[in-house]
Amino acid sequence: MLDGRGSIKRRLGARLWLSGTWLGIMALLALFAPLISPHDPLAQDLFAGRLPPFWASGSDPAYLLGTDSLGRDVLSRLIHGARIAFSVALIAGLATAIVGSMLGLLAGYLRGWVDVVISRLVDIWMAFPPVLFAILLIAVLGTGLTSIIIAIIVIDWTRFCRVVRAEAMNQSAMDYVSSAIVAGRPRRDILWREILPNVLPTIVALSTLEMGIAVIVEAILSFVNLSISTDAPTWGGMIAEGRTSIYQAWWVLAFPLGVLFLTVLSFSQFGEGLKDRFDPVLR
Amino acid sequence: MSAFLTVNNLSAALHGFDQRVLRSVSFSIDTGEVLGLVGESGAGKSMIGKAILGILPSAISIIEGEILLDGQDLQKMKPADRRRFIGATAALIPQDPLTALNPSRRIEPQITNRLVDILGWSKANARVRALELLNEVHIDNPERVMGSYPHELSGGMRQRVLIASAFAANPKLVIADEPTTALDVTVQKQILRLIRELQERHSTAMVFVTHDLGVVSKVCQRLSVLYGGKIVENSSVPDFFAGPKHAYSRALLAATPKYTDPDASLLPVDEAVIEAVAAEVLASDKEWRHGG
Repeated sequence: MLDGRGSIKRRLGARLWLSGTWLGIMALLALFAPLISPHDPLAQDLFAGRLPPFWASGSDPAYLLGTDSLGRDVLSRLIHGARIAFSVALIAGLATAIVGSMLGLLAGYLRGWVDVVISRLVDIWMAFPPVLFAILLIAVLGTGLTSIIIAIIVIDWTRFCRVVRAEAMNQSAMDYVSSAIVAGRPRRDILWREILPNVLPTIVALSTLEMGIAVIVEAILSFVNLSISTDAPTWGGMIAEGRTSIYQAWWVLAFPLGVLFLTVLSFSQFGEGLKDRFDPVLR
Repeated sequence: MSAFLTVNNLSAALHGFDQRVLRSVSFSIDTGEVLGLVGESGAGKSMIGKAILGILPSAISIIEGEILLDGQDLQKMKPADRRRFIGATAALIPQDPLTALNPSRRIEPQITNRLVDILGWSKANARVRALELLNEVHIDNPERVMGSYPHELSGGMRQRVLIASAFAANPKLVIADEPTTALDVTVQKQILRLIRELQERHSTAMVFVTHDLGVVSKVCQRLSVLYGGKIVENSSVPDFFAGPKHAYSRALLAATPKYTDPDASLLPVDEAVIEAVAAEVLASDKEWRHGG
């Protein structure tokens, strides 16, 4: 296209639409999982074990994406897995964003001893290897959805804190903040109404990225059997099970892996797309 | 009659350094008077304005001296009280219109915030006042501008908005920090005329920070020449242009290009003069150390 700006815009649009569509479908599946899924995700049928997906010979049309070694429907487990993945993604992603951004904003705007305390805390926090930290936390808290969410918040708030602090410091140095100070506006007001709106695009982009990370962390913990109960339909758990029978039934591993990959990718692309859309001036 | 703004012996320094960035600066301004602060880059012109308004960068702080604004000693006030007092009394016209408006907010709240939040106006009244102000700064379609985001306006328009916003609460002191430096020459002249017009109409006391002596001659009644954070000459504008007393001021004036003969008049400031004034500044530092 002749118009450089126009062509850039169109590309951003495609990114936002593709990732948004995928996330939308996944969210709907998650929301209406019990209505949509053709089978009970926990129901075993040992006579129908390791059935291949619908296009392969020997498949059963009742099991569109085949069954695992215990004869459970892969499609139904994927759909119910989306439910767990999305709960974790949304709750943990948002909570992490709120906790981390809040501390980052305070550190970047107030500076002084508040900044020193928060920044040192971040430094110390980041010295722990995250996966080991998560496993340790789950060991202390016990398994379950709440524990996973808490673990993600406790581990990942530093990601937001560092970025938001830097951005808040950047914005605080701008002339419009000086003008607001001269106008006698209270500090709280300056933080919420002047600085936060300008840091928000960054927070949004990071939040969606964080949702993707939350999905991965949940999958990792399920993979090592530290998530929810063992037979619960989680994508990570399905991957772990599929791994043991990869030569006999590749589909048990491949489908959850593909869905996980696309979902995490969509989250990060969606965030980038939103950030560009939100930015009043394309910087 | 006591002056509206008096700065007495003001010194500021960078944390952890012995060097002062403002060196015992003293001046005063009466109501309705415009004082020009001139000097080369880094002379501390903007720093003085920032010190008065309490927006010095966090690494720099006032180490001595007093600032009397409308009879109140700013240094003796509690920070929160000081901010409220400055908010109600003074205003800033910033240097760079591109960063001085919040990019993610519309123009209207950026003008009316101070009126609504600090002075307790109703939203409707503040809106009427904002429209009136935008008219005063000769913006043709104030309604549309009020609903715009800063990036939708040109640099000149933004500077007009900032001037309108500065005069919104009828401040008694306005500090204009190189308000025309970031604008192109054709717009500069209009903006200067506008500032002058509003300043006269509201008989505001004004500190006009600039490096352009031509601007000083048009806008100010008095001027102070700065070098290295020290005032080397205080003078009335007519006296200054008739014959500056300090050698550095003379050199500065000689370096100003004259439109009648641009090539011949474009002289750099003589190095000997710079050395002399630098030595003078250092000597005053020594004196200050022994005194303090």
